[in-house]
Amino acid sequence: MSVIIRVEHLSKSYIIRHQGQSSYVALRDVIADKVKGTFRKTKNLVTNRPVLKTPGKEEFWALNDVNFEVQQGERLGIIGRNGAGKSTLLKVLSRITEPTLGRISIKGRIASLLEVGTGFHPELTGRENIFLNGAILGMHRAEIKSKFDEIVAFSEVEKFLDTPVKRYSSGMYVRLAFAVAAYLESEILVIDEVLAVGDAEFQKKCLGKMHDASTKEGRTVLFVSHNMTAINMLCDKGIALNNGLLIDSGDIKRVVSEYLTNEKLKASFNHLDGNGLIKITKVLINGLEFEGDAKINQNISIEVVLDIQKNIEFKKAQFFVIIYDENGYDILSIFQKDSQELFKTADLKEKISINYINNLRPGIYKISIGIFNEFNEFVDWVDNCFFMRVLNQFNNEEQFDNRLGKVIVNAKFDLL
Amino acid sequence: MTEQPNEIELIIEPGRLKKNYWNDLWRFRELFLFLAWRDILVRYKQTIIGLAWSLIRPFLTMIVFTVIFGRLAKLPSEGVPYPILVYAAMLPWQFFSTSFSEASNSLISNSNMLTKIYFPRLIIPASTVIVNFIDFLISFIILIGLMIWYHFPPSWTILYLPLFLVLALLTAMGAGLYVAALNVKYRDFKYIIPFVVQFGLYISPVGFSSNVVPGKWRLLYSINPMVGVIDGFRWSIIGGDSQIYLPGLMLSVGLIIFLLIFGIWYFRKMEKTFADII
Repeated sequence: MSVIIRVEHLSKSYIIRHQGQSSYVALRDVIADKVKGTFRKTKNLVTNRPVLKTPGKEEFWALNDVNFEVQQGERLGIIGRNGAGKSTLLKVLSRITEPTLGRISIKGRIASLLEVGTGFHPELTGRENIFLNGAILGMHRAEIKSKFDEIVAFSEVEKFLDTPVKRYSSGMYVRLAFAVAAYLESEILVIDEVLAVGDAEFQKKCLGKMHDASTKEGRTVLFVSHNMTAINMLCDKGIALNNGLLIDSGDIKRVVSEYLTNEKLKASFNHLDGNGLIKITKVLINGLEFEGDAKINQNISIEVVLDIQKNIEFKKAQFFVIIYDENGYDILSIFQKDSQELFKTADLKEKISINYINNLRPGIYKISIGIFNEFNEFVDWVDNCFFMRVLNQFNNEEQFDNRLGKVIVNAKFDLL
Repeated sequence: MTEQPNEIELIIEPGRLKKNYWNDLWRFRELFLFLAWRDILVRYKQTIIGLAWSLIRPFLTMIVFTVIFGRLAKLPSEGVPYPILVYAAMLPWQFFSTSFSEASNSLISNSNMLTKIYFPRLIIPASTVIVNFIDFLISFIILIGLMIWYHFPPSWTILYLPLFLVLALLTAMGAGLYVAALNVKYRDFKYIIPFVVQFGLYISPVGFSSNVVPGKWRLLYSINPMVGVIDGFRWSIIGGDSQIYLPGLMLSVGLIIFLLIFGIWYFRKMEKTFADII
C-alpha cells in the first residue's frame, strides 16, 4: 500500500458579492465602479461618513486548511451537508479550478465524473457520444474502441446505439454516461453524487462496478454522496467536511455514524408544533436514546417520557409516529386512532409505550413523534428524536436479499 | 499511455497549472479533433441542404457586393471580373468574421464542460476556429466555379495562397482567443461583437480593392490586420498586374503575430478563473 493522493493545507476561497450581483462582471459596472471610486473617498462634511457605500464583497472559504491522505486501492467516502465543500474539493482534485493555498500530489491518472453526461451532445447518437465523451474524459480513440463493447453491454442501450441521445430516457442517458466513465482506464476514479438519477437496480450495478474497480483492479475510488447507505456499502474510509473544514476522518462506519449523530444533536428534539400542555421530554427506543440499530421484523418498543401540565382542557390524547428516510421523505405513519381507543388525559402518567414490528428495508431512518388532542390539534410534535439504522438482516438472523420495495410486510399465503 | 502509472506524479498548487500546460495540450489533441468533428456533425443536422449552407452564404453576399460596388458605385475592377475580385476577399473575411463571433461564444456555450471536466481550455475556441476553417476550404469550390465561368486562369502567384491561408488562420485564432476570454468575464462583449464584425466588413477591402484608398493613407489603412490578409488573398488569386503593397503587408503580419501572442497570453491568464466565474 502506498499513498496515492496527498492533500496538504488545501484552501480555496471565493469572493462573493452581495446586492444580487452575478458572478461575472459587466463592463459597464466596472466603469461605473471606477467612477464611483473617485467619489468614494468623499466624505459627508456633517456626519464624516463616506457618501457612497462600498459594494458588498466578502471572502468565503469553501475549503479551509484541509489535510488528508488516500492509500492506493482505498474507497474514500466524502460526506457533509450541502455547501460543506465536498464538490469544491472534487473540483480542485480534478483540476477544474485552482486551489488558493496548499498542495495536492497525485500519483496516477484521475477520471472524474462530477456530472452525468458532461459533453454529451443531444443531436449525436449513442455511438458518437461514447467516442466524444471518452475523448472529453481523456481517453484515446484506440482505448475507447477496445472498451466499446463492454461500455455498451454495461449501459444496456445496444438497441438505441444509433439513435440521437435526445430521444433517450433519462435512465438510458445516465447508464451510458456512467458506463463511459467507469471503463476509463485510470488509477483514480472520482465520483460526485451522480447515481441519484438512475433506478435502484442500476445504482446497485454502479456501486458494484465501483467496488470491483477498487478490489479487483486496485483502483482508488473517491465517492461523494448524501446517500449514507450507498457510502456505507461502497467505501471503507471516510472523511467528513463541514463549512470547508475537515472535521473527521477514518473508518467509514464510524465517520458516518458520528456524522449522523452530530447532525442529530444539532437538529434533534425540535418541537415543531403544539400548545405545550403535554411535552415529550425524552424518547427511548429499545432502551436506547438518540440512535440505535434494528432488524427487519424486529419488535420496536418506543418509550415516550412526558411532562404533563395540571390544567388540561382537552379530554383525549392521541399519539403518532412518523418515520422519514435519510433523504427526508416520509415513509411510514403510525397513528393510535387506526388501531385502538385514544388515551384519556386523566389517565396519562409520566410514560407511555408504543410497540410495532419494524417492516422497513435496511437504511437509515429518522423518527418523529407527536401528540394530537381529540380535536386533531397538535399538543406536541417532536422532530428527529431518534436515528434508526435498519440492518441488512431479518430478525431470524437471515440476510436481507436486496429486493425492491421500501416496506416488507408479512402476509398469509394459501392454496385455494 | 506509455508512462508507468506510478511514475507520473501530478502536483496541484496555486499557479502550478502553467508548467504542464503545453504537455496537456498535446495529450488532449484527440479531444481537439473530436470537438471539431462534433461541431461539424452537429452543424448541419436537421437541415435540408446541409453542407450547401457554407456555399450559399458567401455566394449570395458576393452577388450583393458585386451589384452594389461594381454596378451601382462603379468602383474600378482592375480588369478582373468583379465577382472574382469580391469573392477572393469574401472568403478570408467570412472565415474571420464567423470564427471571431463563434469563438467569442464558444466558452459560454460549453460552460457545463468547463465547470465539470479538466482539459486545456484553449481547445474549445481553437476547435471552433478549425471548424470554420474547414467551411472556409469548402467555399473555395465557388471560387473555382467562378474562375471557370469567367475563363480566368490563376497566375503563378497562387503558390503563395497557403501562406495567406495560414495568416488568416492566425488572425482568427488570435482575435478569437482574446474575445473568448473577455466574453467569459464581461458579458457585454456579446453585444459588441456583432457590431465589430459589421463595422469591420466596411473598413476592410472586401467589396472594393484597397487600391481605391489614396496612397498616403495606405499604411494607416493597413493597421487593420485583415487588410493584409485580404490583399494577400486577392493578389495571390488574381495575380497578374495587381501589385501587393509590401509595407502594408509587413505591418499587418507584425500586428497579426502580436495579436496571436497577446490573445494566447490573455487567454492563459484568464483561464484558471473560468470555472469560477462562468
